[in-house]
Amino acid sequence: MFSDFDLKVILSSLPYLFGTGMVFTLTLTALAASGGIVIGTLLALMRLSGIAVLAWPAKAYVNVMRSLPLVLVIFWFYFLVPYMGQWLTGASAPISVGAFTSALVTFTLFEAAYFSEIMRAGIQAIPKGQTAAAQAIGLNYRQTMATVVLPQAFRNMLPLLLTQTIVLFQDTSLVYVISLTDFLGAASKVAQRDGRLVEMYLFAAVIYLLICIVASTLVRRLQRRIAIIR
Amino acid sequence: MSATAAPAAVKPMISIDSISKWYGPVQVLKDCTTQVTKGEVVVVCGPSGSGKSTLIKTVNALEPIQKGSITVDGIGVQAKGTNLPKLRSRVGMVFQHFELFPHLSITDNLTLGQRKVLGRSNEDARTRGLKLLDRVGLSAHAHKYPGQLSGGQQQRVAIARALSMDPIVMLFDEPTSALDPEMVGEVLDVMVNLAREGMTMMVVTHEMGFARKVANRVVFMDRGEIVEDATKDDFFDKPRSDRAQTFLSKILAH
Ligand SMILES: Nc1ncnc2c1ncn2[C@@H]1O[C@H](COP(=O)(O)OP(=O)(O)OP(=O)(O)O)[C@@H](O)[C@H]1O
Ligand SMILES: [Mg+2]
Repeated sequence: MFSDFDLKVILSSLPYLFGTGMVFTLTLTALAASGGIVIGTLLALMRLSGIAVLAWPAKAYVNVMRSLPLVLVIFWFYFLVPYMGQWLTGASAPISVGAFTSALVTFTLFEAAYFSEIMRAGIQAIPKGQTAAAQAIGLNYRQTMATVVLPQAFRNMLPLLLTQTIVLFQDTSLVYVISLTDFLGAASKVAQRDGRLVEMYLFAAVIYLLICIVASTLVRRLQRRIAIIR
Repeated sequence: MSATAAPAAVKPMISIDSISKWYGPVQVLKDCTTQVTKGEVVVVCGPSGSGKSTLIKTVNALEPIQKGSITVDGIGVQAKGTNLPKLRSRVGMVFQHFELFPHLSITDNLTLGQRKVLGRSNEDARTRGLKLLDRVGLSAHAHKYPGQLSGGQQQRVAIARALSMDPIVMLFDEPTSALDPEMVGEVLDVMVNLAREGMTMMVVTHEMGFARKVANRVVFMDRGEIVEDATKDDFFDKPRSDRAQTFLSKILAH
């Protein structure tokens, strides 16, 4: 099976694999992680608000998202996002948004549920005295959160947020179900076209492995630094 | 009750009027009444769990109450129309565990409230902050972070932070009880100076030396009640209640 291992097929497809596939994967990961952290933080704040009409929907949302398989959510959103667009913009017909936007919305909203749990733990871990001190100098709720609680929660939780982002990075390969071409998709296309399944899937595996190992190592180093500061 | 109740003409800076507070079924403040007039230093003491922290935190509404009323400079703390952030910004508070913001430099700790609440410019806030830092003897540390300072230094910064809002009254909740003994003095010195400059202060502390030096009155609490509210001399020389006598003999025995 490895006797005719062909390195050339890998080399010649590098520009396509990275220029198209990896750029797509990284773009989707970065955008969905940023959006997911913002929405996740808002969900966490809703849940911790102590106001039932805010806390309850946030809790329900997070629990529902976390109990569904991602592939299913991707499928559903692919059909639902046009209607969500229609509802949001008040248009008369479903808005066609394209597969990329659909995937971005899906991953952002899906990851938001996970990021929200991380941020919730982070916010709860900030001592009550910090909030009291912020309020005592006259900061209102929004200012207290924005300048005292969230920056500390975010800093303390950064390693976990990044670890979750690494998981997201791997999960983005599921976009093949709506015919998008990410890094794995690109490798797969070349593999099918040239009949070089072993080479291409092995190469893809090595790249994912390398990226994740390097990223995890960096996160661990960051974690140690944060532990020292605290 | 107090022998030195303010004459009717002098409006109290803080007026605590028959307040009660419960945690669930447990009553932690029982019909407490006391006043702090302008320029006065009132020391609050009492055994652990007697409600001192709770009482002082009701003054800037960090702790809500279920009964009674509190006014600060004539403004009702629980009144519906009261702008709480604004009221709090005029009441300085110093905590047992300092509660500096660890992610901000000392300078930023001193300017945050000035900028966000008082709307001062960066420049202005900085100048005032650094002046206060100098006043507590820490100008060399402006660029550092709280974690790089000793407990005593952190507490002095915390006092400077409270002063940066130009408060009309200062509240202290056991400001020295989390400090190593050798650092207590530097914090008390700052507080003594503040008192001598005429700052209105309500101080929860067991530092009876401080009380003797600068307090006008002593409020003694036990089990959620204000048991004694007397001039300093009366409190130390002839405490009326058995509970205050017991407390004093214990604390002065050290
Ligand atoms: N969040 C809370 N929930 C329930 N009970 C509380 C809470 N906070 C304080 N208490 C109770 O209220 C009472 C008064 O507490 P408080 O902290 O005011 O006492 P203290 O006089 O400041 O004591 P210490 O000298 O230990 O600081 C105590 O019995 C305490 O157990
Ligand atoms: Mg206390």
